[in-house]
Amino acid sequence: MTDELPRTDTATSAAGRDPYPAAGQPLLRIEGVAKTFGTFRAVDGVSLDIKAGEFFALLGPSGCGKTTLLRMLAGFETPDEGRILLGGKDIAQALPHERPINMMFQNYALFPHLSVRDNIAFGLKRAGMARADIATRVAEMVALVKLEGLEKRRPDQLSGGQRQRVALARALARRPQLLLLDEPLAALDKKLRESTQGELMELQRRLGMTFIIVTHDQEEAMTMASRIGVMKAGKLAQVASPRELYEAPRSRWIAEFVGDINLFDGESKLRDGHRLVIGTRDAGALVVAEPREPIGTGRFAVAIRPEKVKLSRRGPVSEAGRETVINRLDGVIADICYLGGTTTYKVKLDTGGMLQASVANSARIDVDAYSLNQNVVAWFTPDDCVVLPS
Amino acid sequence: MSSRRIFARPARFAAIAPYVWMALFFLVPFAFVLKISLSQTAIAQPPYEPVFDLTAGWDALSGAFAALSIDNFRLLGSDDIYVFAYVRSLTVAITATALLLLIGYPIAYGMARLPKRWQAVAMVLVIVPFWTSFLIRIYAWINILQHDGLLNQILLALHLVSQPVVWLSTDTAMYIGIVYSYLPFMILPLYATLAKMEPALEEAASDLGAPPWQVFWLVTFPLSLPGVGAGVLLCFIPIVGEFVIPDLLAGSNSLMIGQTLWLEFFTNKGWPVASAAAIVLLVVLLLPLLLYERLQKRQLERER
Repeated sequence: MTDELPRTDTATSAAGRDPYPAAGQPLLRIEGVAKTFGTFRAVDGVSLDIKAGEFFALLGPSGCGKTTLLRMLAGFETPDEGRILLGGKDIAQALPHERPINMMFQNYALFPHLSVRDNIAFGLKRAGMARADIATRVAEMVALVKLEGLEKRRPDQLSGGQRQRVALARALARRPQLLLLDEPLAALDKKLRESTQGELMELQRRLGMTFIIVTHDQEEAMTMASRIGVMKAGKLAQVASPRELYEAPRSRWIAEFVGDINLFDGESKLRDGHRLVIGTRDAGALVVAEPREPIGTGRFAVAIRPEKVKLSRRGPVSEAGRETVINRLDGVIADICYLGGTTTYKVKLDTGGMLQASVANSARIDVDAYSLNQNVVAWFTPDDCVVLPS
Repeated sequence: MSSRRIFARPARFAAIAPYVWMALFFLVPFAFVLKISLSQTAIAQPPYEPVFDLTAGWDALSGAFAALSIDNFRLLGSDDIYVFAYVRSLTVAITATALLLLIGYPIAYGMARLPKRWQAVAMVLVIVPFWTSFLIRIYAWINILQHDGLLNQILLALHLVSQPVVWLSTDTAMYIGIVYSYLPFMILPLYATLAKMEPALEEAASDLGAPPWQVFWLVTFPLSLPGVGAGVLLCFIPIVGEFVIPDLLAGSNSLMIGQTLWLEFFTNKGWPVASAAAIVLLVVLLLPLLLYERLQKRQLERER
């Protein structure tokens, strides 16, 4: 993908497309959108603003309503309530072919009776573009997704990765204001998926287009998106940057859904300046930093990501000097899971609970690796903990 | 190893079974018909000559071979009755097949888009007429279409006509009968291709800016062509040779080839001419079949 793609040209206006809004400008506003199928409320009052140039991911388990929301943006479903504003215009009732939005389908939905070229040209012909301009644009798209030489092939003569590229080229050809991607990489194997993730990100950045991707794969969402909306049971549970989502999940459910996490239920006991002490059943009293939004008293869960937990044989001697307060838990290694780059240890705490610790394998020959049934000290700082409503 | 041998023989037999069937019930009768078509009418039993008599010796047999001629085929070409009958058969078959496609396609399309549960119900509704004998259903149409039949009663009651319309013994009645009888054969293959079509394809077309009619003509219809081909053949071929429906519902002033054949065979006792007519009909019907097979093979090769 070396050719630079011109951002606006005569073909764009021939296709009836407005030039893209400048990056950072509000592009899409979803206002209280809801959709019910029978008695099932698939999307339940979702509001969301998306700026031009964003790479936004809708993340959630299957059945959470993310695909229905995407289909309402494409026009395949009509919302029962709410508005969808694109560049200030309500498009909630507009038909799919009237929207300056294109979609890349989950199984690509390439037209089996048309060649690669005709698949890519399909949308351009519908826009009434001149024949010569179509040829230029198709050639551009073919080069963009590196499919040179395959223009005359039919979809069934292509590999999965090539089909994925045709689908992308076809959806990009009309230069949509908004590109929707429905699980675009689900059908690819792991290696290809990872390289394609990188290519999609680069493409999005270079074209300055706005992408909304639907995925159930949190790693995929974290890798590619600049912002993630986590959906649960038809509602947006949290909208945040990947980092914020991971480090400051808003609820226990999100904390568990995004990545691995240790959770200890307990009650707040006392407040010490900006520190909070929470008495947990499984891990004793834990000192945590006071959350940004003050919380009352009652039941809470203390959450610590496995990679924030440090292990040592004798306890945090050197660090203890610098850190005044520290959570120190004694236990025994109960399970070892070697993952290559990291090793995950399960520590059976003397207080009764289980604690997961993820340790980077920074040396090839690690004489300090822990073995099963070894006594260890697990420790972490108050700032590494997140307090969540239980 | 022994188990393989046990299964090998029946398996080999199963492979040749269709050929045995074809030879026994198609090629042998075809040879008889071909032979009769090359013979001459005679007032005798059987009503044609020469007759191959294997007991009469070599000379008699070669004499019988020498007596065969293609006169009957010449007659078919020179006699207006036959030419008209062929043309009429093809015209009726083409018109009826076109009507069937026009009526069957929307029905099949609608069926394929019903909720899964209702598709099964619709399928049963399409097939249910087969529970009644074909002949009885055609006689039922005579009842409906006759002078004081149900159709005329309804039309009169609605004041759409002032006096009963003549339906029976008209081409209209015949087309009603043919379309009614053959509709399932058009609907089922169409439904099969439309139902297995991925709905995302139509969505993709509309997403790429195609209004509904373009979605249909550029995506749905081209992708349903295998079903259209199958449905058209399943209807066209038997309609060309149709005998019962035109005989019962159409007038007697212009006959289809099936009726002409019947007359020649049973009324005129002209077995040789009737046989020649049957062979020409077979050749005419083989053409679209071969064409379809060729197209299908090309499609399969492309998909491979």
